[in-house]
Amino acid sequence: MASEGAGYLGGGGGPNGLSSWIFSTDHKRIGILYLVSILSFFVVGVSLGFLMRLELISHGPTIMEASTYNSVFTLHGVVMLFLFIIPATPSIFGNFFLPIMIGANDVSFPKLNLLSWWFYMAGAALALATLALGPADTGWTFYAPYSLRTGTYVSLAVFAVFVLGLSSILTGINFVTTVHRLRAPGMGFWRMPLFVWAVYATAWIQIVATPILGVNLLLVIAERVFGIGVFDPAKGGDPILYQHLFWIYSHPAVYIMILPGMGIISEIIPVFARKVIFGYRAIAYSSLGIAGVGSLVWGHHMFVSGSSYTAGVIFSFFTFLVAIPSAIKVFNWVGTLYKGSIWLGTPFFFALAFIFLFSIGGLTGLILGALSVNVHLHDTYFVVSHFHYIKFGGAGFAFFAGLHYWLPKMTGRMYNARVANWSCLILFIGFNTLFFPMLLLGIEGMPRRYFDYLPQYSTLQIVSIVGSWVLVAGLIIMFANLLRGAFRGARTTENPWGGATLEWKIPSPPGRENFEKIPEVTKGPYDFRGLR
Amino acid sequence: MGRAVTVLGHNTDSAFLVIAGVCVMLFLAIIGLTAYFVFRYRRSNGEIPEDIHGNALLETVWTVLPIFIVLYMFYYGWLGYDARRKAPEGALTVRAFAQMWAWSFEYENGVTSDRLVAPVGRPVKVALNSRDLIHSLYVPAFRMKQDAVPGLERTVWFTAEKTGEYDLFCTEYCGTGHSQMLSKAVVMEEAEFAAWLSGAPEAKAALATPSAGPSGAELFKSKGCVACHTTDGRPLVGPTLKGIFGKKVRVSTNGKEREVTIDEDYIRRSELEPASDVVVGFPPVMPPQKGVLKEEEIEALIEYIKSLK
Ligand code: HEC
Ligand SMILES: [Cu+2]
Ligand SMILES: [Cu+2]
Repeated sequence: MASEGAGYLGGGGGPNGLSSWIFSTDHKRIGILYLVSILSFFVVGVSLGFLMRLELISHGPTIMEASTYNSVFTLHGVVMLFLFIIPATPSIFGNFFLPIMIGANDVSFPKLNLLSWWFYMAGAALALATLALGPADTGWTFYAPYSLRTGTYVSLAVFAVFVLGLSSILTGINFVTTVHRLRAPGMGFWRMPLFVWAVYATAWIQIVATPILGVNLLLVIAERVFGIGVFDPAKGGDPILYQHLFWIYSHPAVYIMILPGMGIISEIIPVFARKVIFGYRAIAYSSLGIAGVGSLVWGHHMFVSGSSYTAGVIFSFFTFLVAIPSAIKVFNWVGTLYKGSIWLGTPFFFALAFIFLFSIGGLTGLILGALSVNVHLHDTYFVVSHFHYIKFGGAGFAFFAGLHYWLPKMTGRMYNARVANWSCLILFIGFNTLFFPMLLLGIEGMPRRYFDYLPQYSTLQIVSIVGSWVLVAGLIIMFANLLRGAFRGARTTENPWGGATLEWKIPSPPGRENFEKIPEVTKGPYDFRGLR
Repeated sequence: MGRAVTVLGHNTDSAFLVIAGVCVMLFLAIIGLTAYFVFRYRRSNGEIPEDIHGNALLETVWTVLPIFIVLYMFYYGWLGYDARRKAPEGALTVRAFAQMWAWSFEYENGVTSDRLVAPVGRPVKVALNSRDLIHSLYVPAFRMKQDAVPGLERTVWFTAEKTGEYDLFCTEYCGTGHSQMLSKAVVMEEAEFAAWLSGAPEAKAALATPSAGPSGAELFKSKGCVACHTTDGRPLVGPTLKGIFGKKVRVSTNGKEREVTIDEDYIRRSELEPASDVVVGFPPVMPPQKGVLKEEEIEALIEYIKSLK
């Protein structure tokens, strides 16, 4: 069933102009739209992060003033979180592979799906517009009352995030419906690939939590424009209320970022161990467990904000509990390797890097969850390091693993594996050189969001800055190799990794219709009998 | 990690060491096992995979055991937190005020200082307030941190065990001058502290702070005005104050723009209620000084601003 031309990518007589892409309702084309746009914004986010690090190389203004630095870290956060890591895996791989993996020809609401992308682009345009006008300098958290007072374009930035939230909710609704309504005959819930389980659990968080953020952001705008006084203490408002509303969304958002990534890892590990995944149900249930318990821990961002003592104790307790489902996943992945026949392919290297970095991220989270220790480490570089280990080391590396695993399917071409393996190693070294010193800086008491620092922190800062150069070099090599592979790489087969899920049973790249005939599913997703 | 110099700090440190220790062991176990499996069962070794779907016993063990481990960590962290709850009876009380971007500490006898001065070995209770935004008082060596929230007084306490000067930071992002919002916590012998508190001249000279006969230039620094205003013509967060006296300026009053001449009254209003006339082109972020500056300090500052040519 070798495809003529390039399947859904067009060619071979099909229409392929720009409008055939940006108005396409094909979930695969929408996946590619997201891929291109999200990666472009990732480049912006990386550049901002790089500049921030560079600024700290010497005391006083080096390449920018304090107020510019504050805008840069705000924009770095907004771009990386709302334009890159929250949408990356669900919107790119979720869109492209979720329907295929459950044996459907598209998502339930293809037009809504396209609308989500347009909302995403609109939000992105607004966020980047602030860059030209006068970028917000509040941090991505927009804490009141500072966000109500500062003279920068906060309302616009906040509105941008609001629009991005809409996009996220619509995608969530689409995926939940698709999973419930469009599974192929024989594809019971317990035969769904774990990536689908993870995206499904994520979609629920998107639907339930994002509206709270939306309300909160609208209140900030109303307060700035009409002075309604909910958050501003000078008008009788409560700034702590803002923090509660903000974290009720933004803590679960961490799981929106990491869960789909865990789904990718759950796909890659069995394929490269050539055996069925260990504890399938435990991994699936733990996704739901994370989605559930994860919504009860937001207060751990506020232990020293002056909310109640009892609330602090309860939130700390749940914070420790939410570690359990994540630990279960890690144990089951490691268990899967036992008595496998492990093939050291590129996606597997990224998955190993993920396990390493995510473990550090998770365990430093336990340290932060302990009440008395949190008092010392809160709002220091320790926190900065911790969440980069989770979001970049975890979600980011999982996304890179996904790129190396699925891009050949999406483009029909294979990248250079040797270069890819090297880029993985360089990224891994760069990442740790950049972020591990930050753990130590935090323990030594260096506060975050500091434009300048005391001399005792210089050495570790410099090490970390050098790490950022290595990391950027790794990213350049990785993306250059992937780009080259996507356009000029050798043609690949239907099933280059020997996967057992449905996407590996259709051509690379897939045809315009995913399945000429909807398949009848008779086996579990990690049943490699006959494929080894 | 530099050693903590407070009792509560030691609690924090031991909780940190225990929890971090367990975490390191867990990490080594996970990574060690992964590395071993990857090596032992590599494909190039000719391994034949064996499909193992799971193991209920193992699954239970690695769910229940970690629950106990994390509960132990939780308990340990809680212990040190509980002790922070209430300051001991008879603690010395200091009122602390945060504003963009300076700290001030007020003692019971009215002495104020931009450093947190404390006697060694005696419990000190800090009642924390903010005059504008949320800031956060952080002394790493004390392992002490508390957000200063406007309109909501919070207390923290410590007993310092060693004399010395320790860094004091603001750790809640509060705008352009956030990373300049630094000071020191100074721990002194009891006798030295008593002398300082009573305003003895030699102690004053050593620290150059508590309300010295207010000279405008000194106040301009110690009250944090320099964070936003220059005297050399450059605008910072706020307009420069060089040569403004007698000039005309466009301000926005209750949302309406108008032009006013800068006189003593205007400067006084600008200091006490900056929100009443906001200079056009600048954000309304100046912390109001009403109830902060004493009458003679206001006058000294007005004279000082008039003198800036
Ligand atoms: C957080 C930054 C900040 C601090 C600290 C600050 N100011 Fe201001 N100040 C401003 C801003 C911004 C303006 C202009 C907007 C306005 O009028 O409120 C201003 C305006 C003024 C004006 C009117 C200037 C004009 O050109 O009309 C005076 C006078 C003044 N400040 C004095 C002081 C004094 C004295 C202090 C120290 C007690 C001080 N400020 C501390 C930010 C600050
Ligand atoms: Cu502050
Ligand atoms: Cu600050």
